[in-house]
Amino acid sequence: MNKRVDHAEASSRFIAAKDHIAFHDQRLWDLRKKRDRESEEIPEWEELRSLAAAIKEHTLTHLADYLEQFERNAIKNGARVHWARDAAEHNQIVLDILSARGVRTLVKSKSMLTDECEMAPFLGKRGIEIVETDLGERIQQLDEEPPSHIVVPAVHKLRTDVAQVFGRTIGTDPKNSNVPYLAESQRQNTRPYYLKAEAGMTGANFAIAETGSVVVCTNEGNADLSVHLPKLHVASIGIEKVIPRIEHLGVFIRLLSRSALGSPITQITSHFRAPRDGAEMHIVLVDNGRSERLGMADFWYSLKCIRCGACLNTCPVYRRSGGLSYGSTYSGPIGVIIDPTFNLRKYSALPFASTLNGSCTAVCPVKIDIHEQIYKWRQIISERGQLPIVKKEAMKMAGKVLASPALYRTAVKAANAGLEYLPRTMIYNPLNAWGRQREVPKAARMSFRDWYLKSRRKK
Amino acid sequence: MKVGLFIPCYIDAFFPEVGVATLKLLERLKVEVHYPLDQTCCGQPMANSGCQDDAAGAEKLFVRNFTGFDYIVTPSGSCAHHVREHLTAIPQNTTVAKVRRSTYELVEFLHDVLQVQKLPWARFPHKVGLHIGCASLRALRQAKMSEIGGAPFSKPLALLSKVKGIQVVTPKRPDECCGFGGTFSVFEEPVSAKMGYDKVNDHKDAGAEYIVSQDMSCLMHQKGCAERLGLDIKFIHIAQVLNGAWI
Repeated sequence: MNKRVDHAEASSRFIAAKDHIAFHDQRLWDLRKKRDRESEEIPEWEELRSLAAAIKEHTLTHLADYLEQFERNAIKNGARVHWARDAAEHNQIVLDILSARGVRTLVKSKSMLTDECEMAPFLGKRGIEIVETDLGERIQQLDEEPPSHIVVPAVHKLRTDVAQVFGRTIGTDPKNSNVPYLAESQRQNTRPYYLKAEAGMTGANFAIAETGSVVVCTNEGNADLSVHLPKLHVASIGIEKVIPRIEHLGVFIRLLSRSALGSPITQITSHFRAPRDGAEMHIVLVDNGRSERLGMADFWYSLKCIRCGACLNTCPVYRRSGGLSYGSTYSGPIGVIIDPTFNLRKYSALPFASTLNGSCTAVCPVKIDIHEQIYKWRQIISERGQLPIVKKEAMKMAGKVLASPALYRTAVKAANAGLEYLPRTMIYNPLNAWGRQREVPKAARMSFRDWYLKSRRKK
Repeated sequence: MKVGLFIPCYIDAFFPEVGVATLKLLERLKVEVHYPLDQTCCGQPMANSGCQDDAAGAEKLFVRNFTGFDYIVTPSGSCAHHVREHLTAIPQNTTVAKVRRSTYELVEFLHDVLQVQKLPWARFPHKVGLHIGCASLRALRQAKMSEIGGAPFSKPLALLSKVKGIQVVTPKRPDECCGFGGTFSVFEEPVSAKMGYDKVNDHKDAGAEYIVSQDMSCLMHQKGCAERLGLDIKFIHIAQVLNGAWI
């Protein structure tokens, strides 16, 4: 459980599958391009980002007040509100709600939080059948694999892979990878569960303090079916999802789908406010490390995240390594800065799975300084002794050499002499990661400094 | 105007011709250039690896070498960015602050400070693809990045447009990172090399004979990738082109 995630190793396997990586990279790049087009059509886009960031910062710095306001209003609406300190409490609360009502089947729409809490295996072991109703999530569930992307969970799969999974699990023709055929088959397979299930579960994109309502944005309508058919609705919500007023929602709705998929808005924006007659609505507000993160001067900004996935789509490293290579619920740039708060050692390699290029920060609709946080996590990982020894020692050595003009000059001479005189087999050895897929630079006849001394000092 | 020339370690060691072009170009533009002989590195490799403490020695030396100049100019966007934004391993005082504030990457120094209008000696009759390193692009904001809307602008392109005969071609993803990323290139070698391969292929497909950049470290990585792929494409630093490289 505590084993360090080896992102580099996982990425090399991802890259080896040529068709997959080509599709994955292009598909996500297309989303990024669509996002650019959509955002450029809105002259006030940058203003919207600033506004969204300011609303989130205000809310996070008054979080307790807004959460309590949300709770009061949700109760007034007839919902029941539960507070979960951590993942274990969340799972137990959900189990208690379901068990008390004899629930055996739960239909569920997308929720990163329940993945974060590892709820599915917990409930599964206790005899509750969970059916993911989002197409991508369902593909991943049937393949017994976690989602690889916050918004498009099965984006690392080709349609032929999906045909194989469905062929194996829901009885479609494994050779038929026609997309409408596959989507319709999943639909037909899932529909009976909506009728059978005694409970429906959703996450939340936003929780509005002023109204006590829960807002869920989807493109498939599965959240509405999950909520409106069974008599019990459980909504699991991270405490950072609260926003003060309904008038603030428009700011985020304008940003969310444009950033995520390059579409102006999701097909459906559902406001779940109160249980229908004869039904129940339960809201579980989950902390699970968020309060602690809120107290971190350098990292609390990450709580502004609205889970649009724009930073994943734009990240050149994510596109070429795939979400599963991060070994965590949250992958890509946002994962890199959140994951270490859950387990510093396990996720200590992730902040190094970045070139610090800053594209993530530039697309983030709530202006999280993602690449600056990555830089800061690197310092913390080093301070807490979690750097690989090779790197730590190399940096100590480099620091010493570069602090001394004399040592530095000796090193430059040695490097150039080595490149000039060493045989190719010595330079391209297995320890030289640079040379595995790249040529090393040619030796220079003299350093710039030597040239300068020779040509300038004589004058 | 007294300028201190900072030649980053990898340029000093492997690409001295870039340092020479930078120095000669500045001198052609009538700048008084000094090259402090005890310079090594700005501290970036250690700091970017999380080892800020190990960067302190290099940073201290950098400040000692470059105190007293009106400007410090370097042909490297990521080094200029490190000095300006991240040179924090040593105690901060007015001397350190002055050095940090006065450090410029070559292109922005030519464009913003000298406001160069003409480069009569420069001629480069080739198709070139421009690679703006991520530090130059997104941190130093030398050009419009594709993520942020607004009117297009590009300081390196404005300078290249003064070069006779040059033809700039545009790849499909002009500002995608090339995957160098300092120690990333070694510790995340699989993704780094894949990004590099994609980058050089993108430029090649756009018809570039040369990839030109203000960031030699990106070019070092891209060149290594192109050579391994057997791709017929050449690499040149923008200082060499602006200084009138004749190839």
